[in-house]
Amino acid sequence: MSKKEWPLWEVFIRGQHGLNHRHVGSLHAPDAEMAINHARDVYTRRKEGVSIWVVPSAQITASSPSEKGALFDPAESKVYRHPTFYDIPDEVGHM
Amino acid sequence: MVALDLDRQTLFDWLLRLGDNALILGHRTSEWCGHGPALEEDIALANTALDLIGHCQMWYTLAAEVEGKGRTADNLAYLRDAIQFKNVKLVELPNGDIGQTMMREFLFNAFHFELLTALTGSTDPKVSEIAAKAVKEVAYQLDRASDLVVRLGDGTEESHRRMQAALDYLWPYVGEMFLADATDDALAEAGIAPRLTDIQTKWEAIVSDTLDEATLTRPDRRPDVHTGGKQGRHTEHLGYILAEMQFLQRAYPGAEW
Repeated sequence: MSKKEWPLWEVFIRGQHGLNHRHVGSLHAPDAEMAINHARDVYTRRKEGVSIWVVPSAQITASSPSEKGALFDPAESKVYRHPTFYDIPDEVGHM
Repeated sequence: MVALDLDRQTLFDWLLRLGDNALILGHRTSEWCGHGPALEEDIALANTALDLIGHCQMWYTLAAEVEGKGRTADNLAYLRDAIQFKNVKLVELPNGDIGQTMMREFLFNAFHFELLTALTGSTDPKVSEIAAKAVKEVAYQLDRASDLVVRLGDGTEESHRRMQAALDYLWPYVGEMFLADATDDALAEAGIAPRLTDIQTKWEAIVSDTLDEATLTRPDRRPDVHTGGKQGRHTEHLGYILAEMQFLQRAYPGAEW
């Protein structure tokens, strides 16, 4: 009999000073509740986080590496898309 | 302040019970390190062990201070023999399979959690401070253990059978946790510790809810068969734990990192 493996989950942690949850890694767990517990034990042992998200890895749709060219290359020569051509009036101050 | 009519020896003995329960269960739990059924469970068990060993350090430090004979927390952990250990027998039993380990964690954690919660209101501020620090970790341990008891109890046919067997095996040891002797009575009189009968009532509620949910049957036999650990009378298992744990300090006295 083959050993049944728990499904894989992706773990996101919001840190002490961060506003966003950041991807920190993955782990195995039979369901969401245990995935949260495991994430607590595996990824927040050194007080890294204040909030945890877990997402089944199977639910993530990723872009295909072979389409990299079509997806990302066209943005390369379009410097005008960066907001670097505006003069910011002095009164605005530091942005 | 500690009540004046409570002598040092009694307070010291009682603090040792808290420290010894934490150290011996911590040591048992640490035996899973590298052997857990899954990487995630392995890390969780190692965390639990470290939490408990942290608790014993706090209790021993206070105990050594109360005793006032210049002993340290390390002396208390490494240089006492089995008869001087005051933990309940439940925590020194071998781990068995993961089901038995988690059932023991659950039965002890439910007691530990209620005891520490009550101790946060102790009349002795040093006791209440340690309890407040430890109870947060034990609350998580209890959550985790009861969750696993329910999952395994109400799981497959095999996991159910193993959890029921674990419960039946451990049951005759649980009564010792609530068996008050003169030390417990003196501490309750002084307002430092709660009455163990109050803790038992709360423990019963947690245990019966969880066992129901886990579809496990409460054993129909006395829970207070194996007692005496709190007075220093232990099973043969404790000697083996101490032999392994204390070897280095016994063979190389005073060795440090």
